[in-house]
Amino acid sequence: MLGKLDWSAIPFDQPIPLVAGAVVLVAILAVLIWVVVKGHLPYLWHEWITSVDHKRIGVMYILLASVMLLRGGSDAIMMRIQQAVAFQSQGYLPPEHYNQIFSAHGTIMIFFVAMPFVIGLMNLVVPLQLGVRDVAFPTLNSVGFWLTATGALLVNISLVVGEFARTGWLAFPPLSGLSYSPGVGVDYYAWSLQISGVGTLVAGINLVTTVLKLRTRGMNYLRMPMFCWTTLASNLLIVAAFPILTATLAMLLLDRYLGFHFFTNEAGGNVMMFMNLIWAWGHPEVYILVLPAFGIFSEVVSTFSGKALFGYRSMVLATMAICVISFMVWLHHFFTMGAGPDVNAIFGIASMIIAIPTGVKIYNWLFTMYGGRIRFATPMLWSVGFMVTFIIGGLTGVLVAVPPADFMLHNSMFLVAHFHNVIIGGVLFGAFAGFEYWFPKAFGFRLDERWGKAAFWFTFTGFYVTFMPLYIAGMLGMTRRLQHYDVAAWRPWMIVAAVGMAVLTIGVICQIMQLVVSIRNREALRDRTGDPWDGRSLEWATSSPPPVFNFAFHPDVRGEDAYWDMKIHARQQSFEHEEPEYRDIEMPRNSPTGFVCAFFASIMGFALIWHIWWMVIVGGIGAFATFVVFAWRDHDEYVIPADEVARIDRVNLEERRSLVSMAGAV
Amino acid sequence: MNLLDPRGPVAAANSTILVDSVFIMLVIVVPTIFAILAFAFWFRASNPKARYQPDFVYSGRVEMVVWSIPALTVILLGGVAWIGSHQLDPAAPVPGTGSPVRIQAVSLDWKWLFIYPDQRIATVNTLTVPAGAELNFQLTSSSVMNTFFIPQLGSMIYTMNGMVTRLNLRADNEGKLQGISAHFSGDGFPDMMFDVNVISPLAFPDWVATTAKSDAVLNEDSYKKLMQQGIEQGRPTYRLEDPRLFDLIATQHIPPGPGPELASGAGRPHSGGHDAR
Repeated sequence: MLGKLDWSAIPFDQPIPLVAGAVVLVAILAVLIWVVVKGHLPYLWHEWITSVDHKRIGVMYILLASVMLLRGGSDAIMMRIQQAVAFQSQGYLPPEHYNQIFSAHGTIMIFFVAMPFVIGLMNLVVPLQLGVRDVAFPTLNSVGFWLTATGALLVNISLVVGEFARTGWLAFPPLSGLSYSPGVGVDYYAWSLQISGVGTLVAGINLVTTVLKLRTRGMNYLRMPMFCWTTLASNLLIVAAFPILTATLAMLLLDRYLGFHFFTNEAGGNVMMFMNLIWAWGHPEVYILVLPAFGIFSEVVSTFSGKALFGYRSMVLATMAICVISFMVWLHHFFTMGAGPDVNAIFGIASMIIAIPTGVKIYNWLFTMYGGRIRFATPMLWSVGFMVTFIIGGLTGVLVAVPPADFMLHNSMFLVAHFHNVIIGGVLFGAFAGFEYWFPKAFGFRLDERWGKAAFWFTFTGFYVTFMPLYIAGMLGMTRRLQHYDVAAWRPWMIVAAVGMAVLTIGVICQIMQLVVSIRNREALRDRTGDPWDGRSLEWATSSPPPVFNFAFHPDVRGEDAYWDMKIHARQQSFEHEEPEYRDIEMPRNSPTGFVCAFFASIMGFALIWHIWWMVIVGGIGAFATFVVFAWRDHDEYVIPADEVARIDRVNLEERRSLVSMAGAV
Repeated sequence: MNLLDPRGPVAAANSTILVDSVFIMLVIVVPTIFAILAFAFWFRASNPKARYQPDFVYSGRVEMVVWSIPALTVILLGGVAWIGSHQLDPAAPVPGTGSPVRIQAVSLDWKWLFIYPDQRIATVNTLTVPAGAELNFQLTSSSVMNTFFIPQLGSMIYTMNGMVTRLNLRADNEGKLQGISAHFSGDGFPDMMFDVNVISPLAFPDWVATTAKSDAVLNEDSYKKLMQQGIEQGRPTYRLEDPRLFDLIATQHIPPGPGPELASGAGRPHSGGHDAR
């Protein structure tokens, strides 16, 4: 009846996951009860859960990422403590638990923190920057989000029901094969990634189509803000790379479920094929994450320097170069597999070549600052912090692209320090910069600067104190994923790293405090103009938060930095006060398709993991039926009457006029 | 296990390339970081002396320079990578004094088996080699992937079941070193560290002779016992019965290791994990 599932799946003998799971469960229940009792449920359902508004979906993506950041961060804290204490002893985490933690940490941080964070920001901002009312496929967008949430849900269920993979975040076979990992951990891993991978793929298709097909009048490619370019590049990579991941995991699942032999030791399976395939997705993946971050920094540096981006076309070229080359470097993840000198050297050099456009980007930001009038608001702090940190990560990255150096550093703590250096220093700093920068746009009030700056300084310092020691440990021969060790020379560095982790934790607490304090003081921090940072691109041309239709009129774009030009024109012509003629606007109707689909997908995923076949069929049919019902719908749009549009837009225009006239007076 | 304290020519060359590459990059990285901080500081909004140039958004000369700097660095490093990959290919010979020593390494769950086919001996978790001689390694795995790595001797390489990888090293000084597995292989992975005893070439035949007198015999049967999951606390030595044992493992005539014993029906098998402690 319940497949492999029975009471032994609940780890009653392991207090840590049980208590953690119980706390999370109580928290979720408390929130649910509060929502129901306070009568917020209809609001949540109509305004958020079934919403197909790209801004709302963007916010939900970021919320998911933030929650999962806390989960992944807890894993990180546990690992740092374990390695600080597990010198000549077993520490406090047994191997089967520690191994799950580092596997979950990697999986969560990449798939359920970094990905939803950048996809959320792209969703929120890109249609606004393009001057359009929505993304290309609004309902598909909602499906994509909810499927990602399903993946996150399954990973978290594994905490209390069964186990998570103990194989590392890429689940290399043969260790992840049925012979060596007979438990459900790898199945949790693979099915949550399969389901959320579909979500990511549809998000990618949606955003590529949006950038290619939906741009306002005059917004040709070379007038798009840099963030739109990096979004295009990143999502092209998603569309090209994620099917590889899906296919690779599908083969692994066939091995595990149906006795195939793609990656087994026996019967002609080939583990090297898995290595190649997973990294053929995995290396583009890091650029999928970091390119949007590059876009965010481009926007932030240009806005806060009060200058257009230096060398815009050069930046576009660099972005697209990275997009293409990122597919040609995957083999540098396993130079030590014995591929031979020619192959190693060619992939090593290709990996270095990708550093050229990346270096160009750094210099272009540098020269954007040159001659600027830099305001050090929190987003700008994150950006400068990023530039310094990312260069160091780039240096160590090029270093491990030199095969003979990699022969010593592969899989070491040096490598761990390197990729945290680029992912924290690049992606996470970028996500935080974007969060601080666009928060007022999404919610209509700014975030508290003092807590924001405190969060930056603690995170920045904490990063260095945590990861510089890991570089050193790597130089002392320490390899990654050690549950305990006996080498005295490594010990001090592990202790320093644990201290750094504490500083990082304070940074995260400051970030939470910032949110709490800002929500409390939201009236004082209110952004009435829609343009709190003196912005340059079109998202600042509408109110904060934008109306559901974003723009009453499709803006007319006449150059790069569209909104900046408009502001200059408005000042010069002292603003013509002419009432435009408002028209009805058609917007897509909300749809529960995404949520219902994901509900059935969650059931199916859970059932597949536990071999509950009847439930698999129920979930599969349910998800498919939802899709069919959606496809058969008759009314997919509703009309916002012209009067309503006019009423909303007049308020916005009034605020904006006063802003421009004030700025003009100065 | 300091990578910058090499005890053999491969490690020395690797770490030289490592250090050189870092310095080549520091030449541009340090000024760039300095420039970022300097520009950010000087052009702060509150500095009245800084000149605001909002129209400085393109300069062909600057573009030329910013594309050239990373390109030139990469050309230089690319040369290092090309030459280094060829000279330091793990399978490339490393000439030494005296006759080379052939060693066949098998990563087991979770221990290292070192077979000396010419000497007809085998050891677990201890690798004893003569100083100065070329060491020809052939490596494979009994089950999951591992990586064979002696940090102070240089280059690591994967071990994979059903496949043989090659690695040539040389240890120049007598002494004790440590080796590790550098690829996660399951619950007992942290205990896959092994000792490396580099002894004088004169003492090596004596060590071989002593070891060959070992009571324990390594043949297919004892190998199958050895490859069961578990952690080896001692440092057993064996007399090798069949010098073709490694080939039998690598060609899967001896099937791959069985993995953890299955706890009945439950989703969370415990046996592997508990063996580890």
